[in-house]
Formats: sequence, C-alpha cells, structure tokens
Amino acid sequence: MVFNSAAVGEFHDIWVFCEQREGKLLNTDFELISEGRKLADERGAKLMGVLLGSEVTGLAKELGGYGADKIIVCDAPELAVYTTDAYTKVLCDVVMEKQPEVLLIGASHIGRDLGPRCAARLHTGLTADCTHLDIDMDKYVDFLRESSTVDVDAVNFKMEDTNLKMTRPAFGGHLMATIICPRFRPCMSTVRPGVMKKGEFNQEYADNCEIELYPVSLTAEELKTKVLEVVKEAKQVVDLIGAEVIVSIGRGISKDVELGISLANELAEALGNGVVGGSRAAIDAGWLGSDCQIGQTGKTVHPKIYVTLGISGAIQHKAGMQDAELIIAVDKNDAAPIFEVADYGICGDLFQVVPAMIAAVRKGKE
Amino acid sequence: MRIYVCVKQVPDTSGKVAVNEDGTLNRASMMTIINPDDFNAMEAALALKDETGCRVTAVTMGPLSAEGMLRELIAMGADEGLLISGREFGGSDTYATSQIIAGAITHLGLQEEDVILCGRQAIDGDTAQVGPQIAEKLDIPQVTYAAGIEKQDNVLKVKRLMEDGYMTVEVQPPCLITCVKEMNSPRYLTVKGILECFHKPIMVLDYEALKDEPLIDSGTIGLKGSPTNIFRSFTPPQKGSGVMLTGSAQEAADALVSQLLKKHAI
Repeated sequence: MVFNSAAVGEFHDIWVFCEQREGKLLNTDFELISEGRKLADERGAKLMGVLLGSEVTGLAKELGGYGADKIIVCDAPELAVYTTDAYTKVLCDVVMEKQPEVLLIGASHIGRDLGPRCAARLHTGLTADCTHLDIDMDKYVDFLRESSTVDVDAVNFKMEDTNLKMTRPAFGGHLMATIICPRFRPCMSTVRPGVMKKGEFNQEYADNCEIELYPVSLTAEELKTKVLEVVKEAKQVVDLIGAEVIVSIGRGISKDVELGISLANELAEALGNGVVGGSRAAIDAGWLGSDCQIGQTGKTVHPKIYVTLGISGAIQHKAGMQDAELIIAVDKNDAAPIFEVADYGICGDLFQVVPAMIAAVRKGKE
Repeated sequence: MRIYVCVKQVPDTSGKVAVNEDGTLNRASMMTIINPDDFNAMEAALALKDETGCRVTAVTMGPLSAEGMLRELIAMGADEGLLISGREFGGSDTYATSQIIAGAITHLGLQEEDVILCGRQAIDGDTAQVGPQIAEKLDIPQVTYAAGIEKQDNVLKVKRLMEDGYMTVEVQPPCLITCVKEMNSPRYLTVKGILECFHKPIMVLDYEALKDEPLIDSGTIGLKGSPTNIFRSFTPPQKGSGVMLTGSAQEAADALVSQLLKKHAI
C-alpha cells in the first residue's frame, strides 16, 4: 500500500507528535509545539498536536497554551505504554485520514523508533535529529548567513519555496546538511530534544485550544510485541564515552582538590546530566579512578560539551577530546595550549569562575 | 534459524574529517571502518550462534570494495556475506536503502525463526532509521536500542534502553533488533577465522539480480527514488582560535552562558 498517491498540495497543517510517559508530557512536547507554532505562522497553516496514550485527554489543554490550535487525542488502554506496533498503527491512521503537511516528532528513544517506522509506512521522507527548521526561504537565508560559511548573496535561492528545510549536523558537527522532502507528504522530522526554544505558556491559548477525540482501532494481530516490564534506573556508572557533557579536571585544582571535584560535579550536573573526567595528572595524583582518564592513554570522547578546569592541554590530553562539539576551557595561564582548541576560554581562578558559571547556567536554563 | 546482521562501512570520523569545497564529505581521503555499533550487532548474532548453532549472514550495501569488511566479519565468526552493490542503488536515502536491503533479504528468504540485527546507528549519518524502515518494509516487528537479547524457546526477550531506565520487550521472530554498544564486548578475530575467511562465500547481488523483487521498484530506490534530498550542505564557521571571554569571573561566566544558549548547546 502506498499512501502517498495524493498530490503534495492536498496536505495541510503542521503537526507535532506529543509524547507522554506515564501520563506526563515531556519538555520536548512544549519545545516542539512552540517551534511548530512558528512554522505554522510562516506557512499560514494551523498547528495541531497529536497525543496518544491512555486517559491522557486532560493533558491536551496545556499543549494549547504553547500555541497549538487543536490537539487530536487518541485514547486507548493499549496506548498506555509505548509499543512500536500500536503507536505506528494509530499515528499512521490519523495521518492518512487528515493529511498533514509536516509532522514533527521529538528525537527521544521513542521518537526515533516511531518516526522511521511511520515514514516507511507512509512512503515519505524523514530527517533525523534536526537542530534547525525553516519554511520561509527568507528566514533560511538569514540562518545560513549567521551559521555557515556560505556566501548567501552569491546564491540564487528560490524565495517562493515552501518546503520544510530541515538542518542537522553530521560527522559530529563537522558538516551541516539541510534536507528537504519535496515530492511526498507529510514532511517528517525528528527534532533533537533541548534545541528548540519552549515559548511562554498562555492561558488564553490553552482555553481556546480545540480537542478532538479520534477513535482508536487496534486488533490483537496488529500487536506483535509485548512489554513485560518498565524499569526506572538511577544514573548509571560513569559513562564518559556516551556522555553528552563532560567536565574534566587537571592539575589546576590542586589548591583544594575536594572543592575542585565537587565544583566539577556540580557544573556537569547543571550543564545537563554530565559526568566528570580528568587529565593524566588528575588520575596519577589519585584524585579520580583510572577509568575517568581522558587522552591518548585514556579514553577518547566526543561529547556535545567538554569543559576543562585547570588542564593546560598537553597533546596527550587533546588527542582524547578535541573532537568534542564544543570546548570550554578555564585555566589561570592565558598561554595554556588548551585555549588553542577551545571554542570559549576563560582565563582566571577556577575556584571563582566555576561557581559563577554554575550560577549563570542555572539562571540561563530557567 | 538464520541471523542477518546489517553492517555499514563508514568513514573513520575519529581522525580528521575532510570536507570538499562544496561542503560534501571527502570520502576518498578518509579511512573506512566498520561502523562501531555494528560490531555489537555481530557479537549478539555470534552469541546466539554459540547457543543455537544458527547461521549468521553479514549483509551490507556499498561498493564492491566493501567485500573486505565482510571478510573481516566472517573472520570474526559469520558464516557468509551478502554484498548488495550497484550503480542504481547509489545516492539512496534511508528510505530507499531500507527498501533495497529488505528486498535483498526477501530474495534470500526470511523464515519463521529468522532475526535481523543492526547497530543502533551509523556514525556517518547518525540517523538510526534504516533498521526500523527495513522492519516496516518486511512487515516484521522491531525492537530498537537493545542492550540485551535472551532467547527463550521461540521468543526473544529484549532489554530495550530508555533515557531513564529500560523496558523488557517480548518479541517473536521473524523480527528486527537494533543493538547499542552497551550490549556486549565484540570478540576478537581468531587466527583460524582469518585463515578461513577467504574460503567462505560472499554473494554479490546487483540490480539485475534483484529487480524482480516487488520492493525493488526503480521509482523508490537510488538518488532519484529517495523521498529526501540534500538541499544544501555546508560547514559551520571555522573554529579558529576560539573566543577568550574577559571581565570579572561573573561577567565571563554570563557571556559564556549567553553564547551557549544562542547555540542551543544547553
């Protein structure tokens, strides 16, 4: 069955798949609704959320408060816990009937399971883990002007293009690609959590948000997997290689090792569930276990954010961390080689700078 | 029981990534490696082989030179390789790629007890899409982010990782599972394996061989058949020497955080 026989022009509106877990909405939902509102306005279209779950209708109005015109709720006991089979079937049913132009899904462990499965069923394109979205060509050109080395004035852009332009990093951020899906609809994208900005909640919008209950049709044969248990786990052992945020300590904390480590931990936590690693000097001094060592003889890491505290940046250390997407260095010596690879450097006493950073990050995230 | 393990040859991005002037990746200048997560999928297959004696087929789509990678996986313990290669397949996006791989697996036959294993995602595209899309094209169930697979009679119990824990999912073959690196530690090649790998079969399937498969529709494969297109690729502004933030500790910290917020880094 190929769904996408309809003309591209017959698809309307911007949709957001709203993910809930145990009856609670995720932050990503509000980010995507806020971003979706922006896209819907660019397109002159309506913004709809689609919410799947069991006894979740009560959650819908809150999504309206961030700009959704309507929430389509699919409520059934089989949707209480996520399964690929049930969610794909129900989401594809709604999409096939109502034909949205754009469908955004949060790039969570669930969204990245559901998105490709639905795209394959709907015979349409899907772009993974996007970090920037535009419909208006004007806005896209502005984005390129600010975030790329492209000489935009030398390029002849088709200003009337209304395809969703989905931008994402590749190769650890060495390259960016903008993807379009010109021939099929809906145009689908999974969006990296935490990237889109959550707007302000507006009670009036919430009150005016329409709610539509969409009937769920599922048969036992369609459900091929069974979830036996769902287990919540506390934070696992230090996983430097998979960590998105790493704060590393070096010889520079020697003035007060205990305080240095606790500041590093606090900063890692504030930046986003990060972990603490160290240079060889920190490991040799016994301040951290050897599994925390980053560098040539330790681990090679590729986090999104890598912060060094009191690490001068010997080649040995740089070899293990220079491919981090964003490097922030704090050291008291302004000639330290670490500043050569850092995106941002602060020269100063880390015992003063780090508490200020922690406070600023917490405030910035509010 | 047969296990198909889908693997991909990728540029080694742990070294320097070379980019052409037009913003595309300079693949020729980079070393290729087997995608890291795919080793975990292969190890999972070999562990099931140790337990059940099943047959393990390493599957890849790529240039003919990818044969070397398949030999390496045979040396690790796979019984055979399948190389899907053809000009018609070039430029495929994830949708088109999954159609082709699903078509090739159908061509070889997917039986009641068979399992398809993939790595969670490849380090070049980082999409994690091809696995689920193969499963959909073959109309079989999938479990992604698997950190453990346990075979019990005719079902598999899979530990599926979530951001804040895990779920245990029961699934019946034929099914597709994508594996994360936490699942296992891939075994080393053995001398015996290396000596034997050149005597084991590698099948090459091109467009001619596959064109009668219903999934291999010339309108939905290759660059032209792919639903998504690259509109533009570009490099972010050069890193340069970075920015030194000055002022008092608080001023520098505030300036830093406002940059991080602007870049959506936090």
